[in-house]
Amino acid sequence: MTEFKAIQKKALQEWLSLQNSPYPIIYVGMGSCGIASGAGEVWEQVHKTIKKENIKAQVHKVGCIGPCYLEPFLDIQKPGLPRMSFNNVDVQRTGKLVSEFTNGTGSKHKPLGHLGPQGKQINGTRSFWDQPMLKNQVRIVLRNCGIINPENINHYIARDGFKGLLKALNHGPEVVIAEIKKSGLRGRGGAGFPTGLKWQLCRKAKGNPKYLICNADEGDPGAFMNRSLMEGDPFALLEGMLIAAFAIGADHGYIYIRAEYPLAIERLKIAIQQMNDLELLGDNILDSGFSFDIRLKEGAGAFVCGEETALIASIEGKRGMPRSRPPFPVTSGLNGNPTNINNVETLATVPAILREGADWFSGIGTEKSKGTKTFALVGKIRRTGLIEVPMGTTLRKIIFDIGGGPLKPFKAVQTGGPSGGCLSEKFLDLPVDYDSLSQAGSIMGSGGLIIMDENTCMVDVAKYFLRFTSNESCGKCVPCRIGTSRILEILEKITAGKAEVKDLEILEKLAKSVKNGSLCGLGQTAPNPVLTTLKYFKDEFLEHIENNRCPAAVCRDLVEYRVIADKCTGCQKCVSVCPTGAITGPRSEPHFLDLEKCIKCRACYEICRFDAIAGDAIEIV
Amino acid sequence: MADTIQSILKKFRQNNQSFLIPILQSVQEKEGFISKAATERISEHLRLSKSHIYGVASFYSQFKFNPPGRHSIKMCLGTACHVQGGDFLLHALEAEIGIIPGETSEDGKFDLDRVACLGCCALAPVLMIDNTIHSRMSVIKLKETLETYD
Repeated sequence: MTEFKAIQKKALQEWLSLQNSPYPIIYVGMGSCGIASGAGEVWEQVHKTIKKENIKAQVHKVGCIGPCYLEPFLDIQKPGLPRMSFNNVDVQRTGKLVSEFTNGTGSKHKPLGHLGPQGKQINGTRSFWDQPMLKNQVRIVLRNCGIINPENINHYIARDGFKGLLKALNHGPEVVIAEIKKSGLRGRGGAGFPTGLKWQLCRKAKGNPKYLICNADEGDPGAFMNRSLMEGDPFALLEGMLIAAFAIGADHGYIYIRAEYPLAIERLKIAIQQMNDLELLGDNILDSGFSFDIRLKEGAGAFVCGEETALIASIEGKRGMPRSRPPFPVTSGLNGNPTNINNVETLATVPAILREGADWFSGIGTEKSKGTKTFALVGKIRRTGLIEVPMGTTLRKIIFDIGGGPLKPFKAVQTGGPSGGCLSEKFLDLPVDYDSLSQAGSIMGSGGLIIMDENTCMVDVAKYFLRFTSNESCGKCVPCRIGTSRILEILEKITAGKAEVKDLEILEKLAKSVKNGSLCGLGQTAPNPVLTTLKYFKDEFLEHIENNRCPAAVCRDLVEYRVIADKCTGCQKCVSVCPTGAITGPRSEPHFLDLEKCIKCRACYEICRFDAIAGDAIEIV
Repeated sequence: MADTIQSILKKFRQNNQSFLIPILQSVQEKEGFISKAATERISEHLRLSKSHIYGVASFYSQFKFNPPGRHSIKMCLGTACHVQGGDFLLHALEAEIGIIPGETSEDGKFDLDRVACLGCCALAPVLMIDNTIHSRMSVIKLKETLETYD
């Protein structure tokens, strides 16, 4: 342990010299979402400008700080001041910011906020944490995301990194398990199984070696919490894995991660290497007699592999099909040995619990759901991004106070991905925790929150999810394989305007049979999107069936596109974007839309609404 | 080709099924798809039948069995992308390049696939061409985006 004290001291020195640097420090938000918004070009421009103007400055990459709608972020820290954060920067603005803001002539550039203390103005700039999107959050799991360089272990160590591990090694496995049980931590993958209990079962199970698997196969479409976390603070996950492995007595660890997350894989590889170098992984970690190694397994794209027995089959090199339980993986998992599987967020929460104590953690949240939960706030909402709030926060607070509400009137919020449900306006005051959500017919899931407004068709949403689950059904059990396909057929009939009212009865009956009869979680929850939309948005189903009308004008078979001749300015913008050449007409004269050729892709409608010259002359009826 | 496969197989122990997926991933990364010839070689290395290998490979959406185009388009069909009009985008894209997901265009320029989620939901709808993510895409920007590739 004395060795680790020296490592800590060195890390702290490095971190403090960064905070008190006599030169400017520049940080670029380089998560996947930042890079998709152009952070890569910003990163290059920062280096170019520094070189060209001979500016003495250090440049660091950081992960995603949360408000994705403001990406890319560029932070500049000048001597004596906290980091000043600039949002939505492009290459041109980056060049100016770097040269003018660092030499003191850049007072015209107004930062979005400073990363110093909350509630304090500095040089006329408010704190970044006082923005509406951030001030209602409690950041425990995400505390380092966007703050530290995720490719530098010293940054993590300097911010209390591995203190949880030290505590665990000092107190022994039984104490760790007792502490996690006392904290009330439940699995963040969606089902909410008590984590401490799972660890205890695995510890007691007979068989050697034991395995620890981190499920990082974030398969829910519309969710990216785990990706951001692994990209922004991979060490928190790895420390959590070390603590879990120590508690259950595991020798080998796997991270089963989606191949679609190349950046997260790269950052984890770097982090594992740096931990190996400091002997925080491998044989006899910190002289404690505890040995553990971690391997990465890339998933090959199958939603069902989020189910733990299917995930194990996939690691063994087989088709990722689930099997019936019991025996549960804690007694017979990978290669028939005891295997403990936890989600990324669950494991990344563990170090904080050990560090700050179970009482501190259980003081946050509700009676049965403790701590915080991260959510991906996306869809038709003003402020999109990654957030973390205490369990029990209401949907209204999340959607309206944090997310700023939708642009058009709110219609629904979808939680829990393909296994969850769509909740209507009357549920806005529902506290978000495991039990309230399942009572409403949805589930917590891994944390995707998709907001829908009046331009979203709920029948189409149900169809979307069923297409997804019927594609992803592994085919092993009949209710799921055939049932999801039959449900999808009925939904297709409805959106095509070919259904009858009695089909709704069949739909509901079928959905319930699939729910009751399926082997694994995929089939048991696949009907949820149908059942909840049927329950809370039945009017929309009836409108499709009885009046052949899609109120949101989404269902292709029920709408037609028309040019309003009086409004058409003949600007030919629509002609240029139409992929099938369905619109024709000479300049400055009303255009003609050939319905035979029209594939209803919306291109003409969009450009006619948003282009300055065009006149909003295309209607969907 | 034989040498590429050989150099991949060398890295993995023989007769151990748990290496099947990593091998398939390495082959696809080097050659772009899983060819019949590659399947035969893997079959000998791991002592698994070819049909068994195809059974595993075809279970996962990552693996392709046709040669890819010069540029690979992956259309994200996550929930956020769907709600923000991803379906309309795919429809227009199919009309624009004349192929459906799983196919490669005749001129060999593009291949098209759909993916469940790229994890950039806050910037929906998104599509990925080769390794670049195009965020906040719209049917309007489609033509000009495709024209930047040759």
